[in-house]
Amino acid sequence: MAEALLRLEDVGRDFDVSRPWLNRVLERLPRQILRAVDGVSFAVHRGETLALVGESGCGKSTVARLIVGLYEPSRGRITFDGVPLTGARDRARVRAVRRRMQMIFQDPYASLNPRWRVREVIAEPLRVLGLARERRDIARRVAELLVQVGLAPEDAEKYPHEFSGGQRQRISIARALAGRPEFLVCDEPTSALDVSVQAQILNLMTDLQRELGLTYLFISHNLAVVSHIADRIGVMYLGRIVELAPAGQLFAHPLHPYTRMLLDAVPDLDMTGKPRAPVAGEVPNPLAPPPGCAFHPRCPHAAERCRRERPELRRAGASEVACHAVHEGRIAA
Amino acid sequence: MSAPLLEVRDLRVEFPTRRGTLTAVDGVSFSIAPGEILGVVGESGAGKSLTGMAIIGLLEPPGRIAAGEIRLEGERIDRLRGEALRRIRGRRIGAIFQDPLTSLNPLYTVGRQLTETILTHLDVSPSEARQRALALLGEVGIPAPEHRLEHYPHQFSGGMRQRVVIALALCAEPRLVIADEPTTALDVSIQAQIIQLLKRLARERGTAVMLITHDMGVIAETADRVAVMYAGRIVEIGPVREVIHAPRHPYSVGLMGSIPKIRTDPARRRERLAQIEGAMPRLGRIPAGCAFHPRCPKRIERCARERPEPTAAGANRVACWLHG
Repeated sequence: MAEALLRLEDVGRDFDVSRPWLNRVLERLPRQILRAVDGVSFAVHRGETLALVGESGCGKSTVARLIVGLYEPSRGRITFDGVPLTGARDRARVRAVRRRMQMIFQDPYASLNPRWRVREVIAEPLRVLGLARERRDIARRVAELLVQVGLAPEDAEKYPHEFSGGQRQRISIARALAGRPEFLVCDEPTSALDVSVQAQILNLMTDLQRELGLTYLFISHNLAVVSHIADRIGVMYLGRIVELAPAGQLFAHPLHPYTRMLLDAVPDLDMTGKPRAPVAGEVPNPLAPPPGCAFHPRCPHAAERCRRERPELRRAGASEVACHAVHEGRIAA
Repeated sequence: MSAPLLEVRDLRVEFPTRRGTLTAVDGVSFSIAPGEILGVVGESGAGKSLTGMAIIGLLEPPGRIAAGEIRLEGERIDRLRGEALRRIRGRRIGAIFQDPLTSLNPLYTVGRQLTETILTHLDVSPSEARQRALALLGEVGIPAPEHRLEHYPHQFSGGMRQRVVIALALCAEPRLVIADEPTTALDVSIQAQIIQLLKRLARERGTAVMLITHDMGVIAETADRVAVMYAGRIVEIGPVREVIHAPRHPYSVGLMGSIPKIRTDPARRRERLAQIEGAMPRLGRIPAGCAFHPRCPKRIERCARERPEPTAAGANRVACWLHG
């Protein structure tokens, strides 16, 4: 297997969501800490696409933001190409490494400055990173990037509002590629797009990965999208990874009861007219997660131990899974 | 098939603007039978929500019905105004929208909203209305309904809130429910529960459902028939199996091909998705002839000149010169 480009070790991030101090004093409320991400460990290997999936509030976007440095982790270590990004004293070295990663956001309407021409949007990273200084070099590189993402060089003079959602997402990708990154963190990059446009963007991302040898961390709630783009998939539930497996493995032989439930719940084109097993319950309040395995109140295989002891992510065949029932052999692996 | 509950014929919705009249829905015709779920799919701007809004009389001015007719159980409802329209809306047509928060009043308890709606539309006593509200909450799968009646909308989770909205839409036992992206704001596990609920509603109560969504998976599991809309028109309509697995209109073919599917076969897993080049035209820039022709891989000379009308092609009706 290829070397790990990015590595997370036992990473956690808490948010203080307490009421204001005065309310806490007057109403005798305790501090409230939300554990958005808790004990997350994984590695992304050079040239692969690792996807994180899960329902809203599972912490997948927080993981993305921790990696690119928009949040500081509360616990744990993040290293990129062997260089620690967390708690590092050597700031210059961290900055040099951070340049090698970029992020693409979900909403192409919110992530582009409406008062800038496309040329300025894409040229900004070139200037900031000192990759091109001469006006002519910048113009040439901007044109090259626009062509690379399937737009025309003339589009450089337009403003973002002149483009459709899919074209805007192409502009975001061009901007992300401007600094010649090796690693892209993509947070729901196609969720705001119509399905035919989503297909265009997913194909583009696949092509770019092949041409430029990019490594992707792909965040999505859509299992079908993930099945198209990912080599490996991590399933998150309430801030933790419950299963991490090669994509083919995950879809053919899901292990964790939550993964099985998710796969059963995805509406599928081949399901016309077929009855399906109903899905029970919903995600519990993340401020008061259940003890033990957070999934146990919804789990058909929950036993006494699941209510008490939190399962660790451990190897089971080709997958890694955090489930007592799987490790004890109570459900078929 | 029984007599249609809803019949829409040649519906045309226009928006007069300073720069001319925009036609957002153009010559749309379809019908829904009692107990039937008609899925309406299409990308943003295709006119699917406006078609729904026109039926319940909720078009935002200056939008207006410029032509065509809408019949509910044989009676024309597209000309109704004021009180007559209000009596139909809620009583005979229920509506479920994407964001449950916009359909609920944050200042009233759920119980009050339900009982008030019931008292408005049905001739019952307040205690009967309360009983009915309780039964409805139970029916849509809200645990401990007696307790929940006293709660405000913000005290419910997203999935539970959407159930309350569905209960509210069902208060007066409407014959037709228009559900516009009812599951789009919800997580998959909740989405599956809401789909089950809609299906049960149609099956057990004989309610006709117009299910508007861009999510083909939801349509595949829920609908009996599907209408595919593009640039304000229905390009194809037919039984769900036919439209999804054997689409005939080149736009439907492209749309179905562009949907990512879960593949367990490793050889096929990372294959390219079919893609339709370009994007849907904006209102006011809809091409002459077939609106899809500039993007169509199979266009012929006639497509740019003449507009195809939906004609029978197998079990479907297709608006394409290649079929008919």
